[in-house]
Amino acid sequence: MSDQKITKHTISVLVNDEPGALARVIGLFSGRGYNIDSLTVAPVNLEQKHSRIIIVTSGSQIIIDQIISSLEGLIQVHKVIDLTSKNSTDERELAMIKISLKKGKLNDIKNIAKKYKAKLIFESLKNLAFEITDSPDNINAFIFKLNILGKIDVSRTGLIAILKD
Amino acid sequence: MTNIKCNGAEIVLKSLIDQGTKILFGYPGGATLPIYDALFKQKRIKHILVRHEQGAIHAAEGFARSSGKIGVVCVTSGPGATNCVTGLADAYMDSIPLICLTGQVPTKLIGNDAFQEADITGITRPVTKHNYLVKNVKNLEKTIHEAFYIAQMGRPGPVLIDLPKDILNEQYYYKSLNKRNLSYPNYKPQLQVDSSSIKKVVSLMADSKKPIFYCGGGVINSGKNASDILTKLIKKTGFPCTNTLMGLGCFPALDKQFIGMLGMHGTYEANLAMHDSDLIIAVGSRFDDRVTGNLSKFSPYAKKIHIDIDPSSINKNVKVDISLIGDVEKIARAIYLEVQKSNFFNNSNNLKNWWLQIANWQKKNCLGYKKVNYPIKPQHAIERLYEITKNKDCFITTGVGQHQMWAAQYYKFNKPNRWMTSGGLGTMGYGLPAAIGAQIANPGKLVIDIDGEASFLMTMQELSTISQYKLPVKIFIVNNRWMGMVRQWQELMHGGRYSESYTASLPNFVKLAESFNIVGLKATKSSEIDGAIKDMVKIKKPVLLDMVVDQKENCFPMIPSGAAHNEILLGPEDETEDKVNEEGMVLV
Repeated sequence: MSDQKITKHTISVLVNDEPGALARVIGLFSGRGYNIDSLTVAPVNLEQKHSRIIIVTSGSQIIIDQIISSLEGLIQVHKVIDLTSKNSTDERELAMIKISLKKGKLNDIKNIAKKYKAKLIFESLKNLAFEITDSPDNINAFIFKLNILGKIDVSRTGLIAILKD
Repeated sequence: MTNIKCNGAEIVLKSLIDQGTKILFGYPGGATLPIYDALFKQKRIKHILVRHEQGAIHAAEGFARSSGKIGVVCVTSGPGATNCVTGLADAYMDSIPLICLTGQVPTKLIGNDAFQEADITGITRPVTKHNYLVKNVKNLEKTIHEAFYIAQMGRPGPVLIDLPKDILNEQYYYKSLNKRNLSYPNYKPQLQVDSSSIKKVVSLMADSKKPIFYCGGGVINSGKNASDILTKLIKKTGFPCTNTLMGLGCFPALDKQFIGMLGMHGTYEANLAMHDSDLIIAVGSRFDDRVTGNLSKFSPYAKKIHIDIDPSSINKNVKVDISLIGDVEKIARAIYLEVQKSNFFNNSNNLKNWWLQIANWQKKNCLGYKKVNYPIKPQHAIERLYEITKNKDCFITTGVGQHQMWAAQYYKFNKPNRWMTSGGLGTMGYGLPAAIGAQIANPGKLVIDIDGEASFLMTMQELSTISQYKLPVKIFIVNNRWMGMVRQWQELMHGGRYSESYTASLPNFVKLAESFNIVGLKATKSSEIDGAIKDMVKIKKPVLLDMVVDQKENCFPMIPSGAAHNEILLGPEDETEDKVNEEGMVLV
């Protein structure tokens, strides 16, 4: 088989917002041995009760095609888009990072946050917390820098993107 | 407009009746009591009481496959539902349309580890096409109609509906929704195909020197018309045709263009033709590992055309050159019409060399075996069974193992829906309950379960069902006392270390049958074969025939796991040990 090169793909799956829909989608990945690198789910149309699942996965083109046609075969799935191969926005992710304060590091921390355009969302004598929305690479870099300055804890949403057209 | 007030259980039955269901295979229990109470009060649906829920679901499969209709099952919550899981997985793998109604504990108790509670929608998600847990009686009727639509549209499959007991008791209205146009929002499988790819396919066919049709269960699922038009198309082209295990009967086995089943135990000529072919036209088949053998050596010279209703079957195992997604009947008709316009296919000389080559392979007589009077050769027994019953439009079911492969090799199927076997999942114990379903769908017809003694033992409690409903099913046990296929692999690949594959203390099958008021017969010598089979067929009651066969016989031809089509073994004389490499040893 040709096209053996493994690439990352971000796939958007519009599903019915009902019990079992997410389980079916995830079960397809685990049952067929596909990877999930990142996953987000949220309702996007309250009226029609649709949710959007965005999955980052990797595989050869044949595997990606297989994933997409298998997803399209699920009853609760409305639409599947391979955002990576279509004209879509850059991928974004939201992260919240908490850092415990060490003496004399406050200014350093705030300077780094400013450089990465992270928003301070919480501050106490013991901890600071930032919110950052950016590409995963920038978020990784931000986390890396903070990690040097104090003990950190991280929550991330996983990647999202949207079609331009 | 109907708007009848009734309880949930009655809504279930009314929906089934509106969908044309006449037969329900099932077993009652606490959670489904309301359904059984409603069943008691009506006459439109006949309930077949099985002896184990696995029997119900295989019977429904046999019913569906032999009739082209949907099989419907009703079982209780917890163990009743989990006993169906194997059958659901079986139906899912073989794309058989089923509706499985399961009882569930009342909605308020779900998640409480209540008595006989199981998360059956969770458990069956990977083995059903879709499943539902009905939590509101208002959705009940719509859900059932939707389930019927999903089970049969596109690639068929099993759909499970979990019914909590409080929903079954609750009063609501039955609205005959199916008589209005229900819209099913996001499940619209592609059925039609575009004409430009049809032209491309036909031009590839015209250019081919060594073409072959490779047809599978999808043709059977598409309906009898699909088999008819496909047969016309193949006859018109003059191409050779091979069928998969699931496809047997979709092209007549007696036709001279049929070169046998392909795959692990397929014929020499079919496998060699696949290997040497320059054009494979796969119709409703899925390039299963039992068919392709070693993928990297699979049909190296062939362009491949794949016709299938399921887009996710395309390029799954084998990359193809052209894919046509849609219903086989429609696509085969479109190709047939296009082929009729072309002059090429009127010239039989085009394929002369190809057919000469195939005739050479056929000279190997790969299904030959040595007949002796004692012990009976299993191939001989099945060959005689075929010869004696061939004019009776028989329905054949099987268990899984050597006997299944011999049945596939030596029983010739000329019509679709006559052959019911567990292809994908390979479920031992399938044969007997499937025969019950086939007999109920085809009253008055001759239904024979060609079974192995080990497979038979797995679901033999259904003898009681056969007896209760006086079903004239014939049980033809190819009894070699071994789990024959396990023994064969142990002989060929594990140095003859026969670990746990011999069945000590088999029952006396004749007495066993008689204890269920079923006629028991036995044959141990070849000279007794014909008499026993004729008696079995003649007796208008259920009959079990214990055909005691050679314990050591192996099933050939055989493509060892990990080998290619042209590395096929014809018989015990062929060296095997060195043909199975390390990679092959880990394959199942």
